Amino acid sequence: MKNKLIKAIADMNEDEAMNLVQAMLDAGEDPQMILDAASQAMVVVGDRFNAQEYFLPELIIAGDMMKAIGEMVKPRLRLQAVETKTLGTVLIGTVAGDIHDIGKDVVTFMLEVNSFKVYDLGVDVPAATFVAKIKEVKPDIVGLSGLLTLAFDEMKRTVEAINEAGLREQVKIMVGGAIMDESAARYIGADAYGPDALSAVTLAKGWTA
Amino acid sequence: MSEITPQELFDQRLARVLAAATCQQPDRIPVFGPFQKFPYQFAGVTFKQAMNDYALARQACHQFLDYYQPEVDFGPILAYPAKAMDLLGWKAFKWPGHGLDNDNAMYQYLDGEYMTADEYDEFIYDPSGFMLGKWAPRQFTSMEGFAQTIPWRRFMWSGWMNLSFFWSTPEFQETLRAVTAGAEEAGKWWASQFQYWGEAKEKGFPMAFAAWDWPPFDILGDTLRGTRNILADMRRRPSKLHDALEVATKIFVEYGSGAAGAPLPFTWVWVHKSTREFMSDAQFQEFYWPYLRKGLLALIEKGIIPVVYWEADWESRLKHVADIPAGKIIYHLSATNFERAWDALGGKVCLMGNVPNVMLLGGTPDDVKAYCKRIIDYTRGKPGLIMDAAVMLDEARPENVKAMFDFTREYGLYR
Repeated sequence: MKNKLIKAIADMNEDEAMNLVQAMLDAGEDPQMILDAASQAMVVVGDRFNAQEYFLPELIIAGDMMKAIGEMVKPRLRLQAVETKTLGTVLIGTVAGDIHDIGKDVVTFMLEVNSFKVYDLGVDVPAATFVAKIKEVKPDIVGLSGLLTLAFDEMKRTVEAINEAGLREQVKIMVGGAIMDESAARYIGADAYGPDALSAVTLAKGWTA
Repeated sequence: MSEITPQELFDQRLARVLAAATCQQPDRIPVFGPFQKFPYQFAGVTFKQAMNDYALARQACHQFLDYYQPEVDFGPILAYPAKAMDLLGWKAFKWPGHGLDNDNAMYQYLDGEYMTADEYDEFIYDPSGFMLGKWAPRQFTSMEGFAQTIPWRRFMWSGWMNLSFFWSTPEFQETLRAVTAGAEEAGKWWASQFQYWGEAKEKGFPMAFAAWDWPPFDILGDTLRGTRNILADMRRRPSKLHDALEVATKIFVEYGSGAAGAPLPFTWVWVHKSTREFMSDAQFQEFYWPYLRKGLLALIEKGIIPVVYWEADWESRLKHVADIPAGKIIYHLSATNFERAWDALGGKVCLMGNVPNVMLLGGTPDDVKAYCKRIIDYTRGKPGLIMDAAVMLDEARPENVKAMFDFTREYGLYR
């Protein structure tokens, strides 16, 4: 049944997937096994996104299924610490003055599917909040997202704030957003620019290898 | 020797832009575009000031107009009326002084679900009824009273008497009062726009727009379902989405038809969700392009020239969107590679753009000139190019913007 569930989720059959989860829970199956199946399905979704078979609609539906399965399963989990191996930690957010979030959410999804721990600060995030969170969670990488041209200067201010706090050497910084290009990273003082979620994952893996 | 009159300048500029737009040869490549916050930055006016002080906004736009001399102008229309929006209580929007602290922040729309999946049938049956009775109360605090009434299609025969009961409620009365206050303020803003258009004409500048529009998919996605929901609807309820898109296409044609008969009959079509990241090629071909194409053809039939402001990188869509009548439409480029777009569309569809905004902000005048030269050279003297920034121009160095204008005017002569 586990493989059937993985396939249903990966193939975007929502009703079938939810029915299978309920059937498995009713049959007393291990809830952690169900969550693992969902995570494996997310990896398949991520692979299909990279292969340009799946696009944002499929990521949205996959995310909805993951959330729904989590809500069904988590109350049944035994309280135990589960060690999940991660490749590294990423802090991500859309900079102050900008409330666009979809691109950032796609990057977050792909990083998590590729075993990164992601702290997502949301949108309209002031530089000071990035600095405070870097001190708290000590990420390997900081991702700055923005779609408006005002984001260029705000990203620059954020990088300067990280530098002034003495934290610049501790993190790698990547930037992204539809109107940016390679010159944006130079202007902003970031380590790299990525045109899409796949490049964000490639950069993150390269920096944490 | 007599000087050229403003009317002659007006006619020259109009002819230049119309020739380029229809892929016929003008005297030189035109330069203009939707410069959003930039004119205010250039004049030392904050965006918050421009949105609140209409005279100051006009003054700033005149300063921009006099110095840069775009072929055709936008003026202060993109500095939305902050006071009117405050009075109307627009809940789904943030602007400087209202949800955004920075006086130079760009206003932004709060994407969300303003129509549930269960409400598709209601919208399809009576779009106006849905917009007034459900959507408007969700978007505007001043319009919450409209939710209290029965659908206005029940005006039939003596149905007004039933409606009058709802009109008499305190909630509806308050809505009428609040909307009136917002409308009075909006009227002042419109008066300011008309004044500017007249002043620009007296200087010899046509306005760049005659109507605004949005693709059928975006009409539904931006306004009603929200981005996440409409993208998922393509898989979850495709049949319902198709029915709603038929309705949205009719609304698209209505919106855009206002440009018919204008001296510069440009309907600007602001495209939000067609980029390759948002949907597959197959989804684009099924849900996005057929309805937009149908709507564009209807506008073209009325003698309108649509200016399709494609956002982000639409190179993957080139092979589909090339299926459009020649010499009848402008496609704005944004992040799409110019050479590849020109290979697919050059000489058939007028291309507009696409000096990168990051270059206009962080580059040098020489960088900008080199970019303009590169794309002008690629056209090899074939008409159908209008020079512009890649996206709505906000932050930029004035000298870089001047380089875009001056270089194009000198180098973009057709011999």
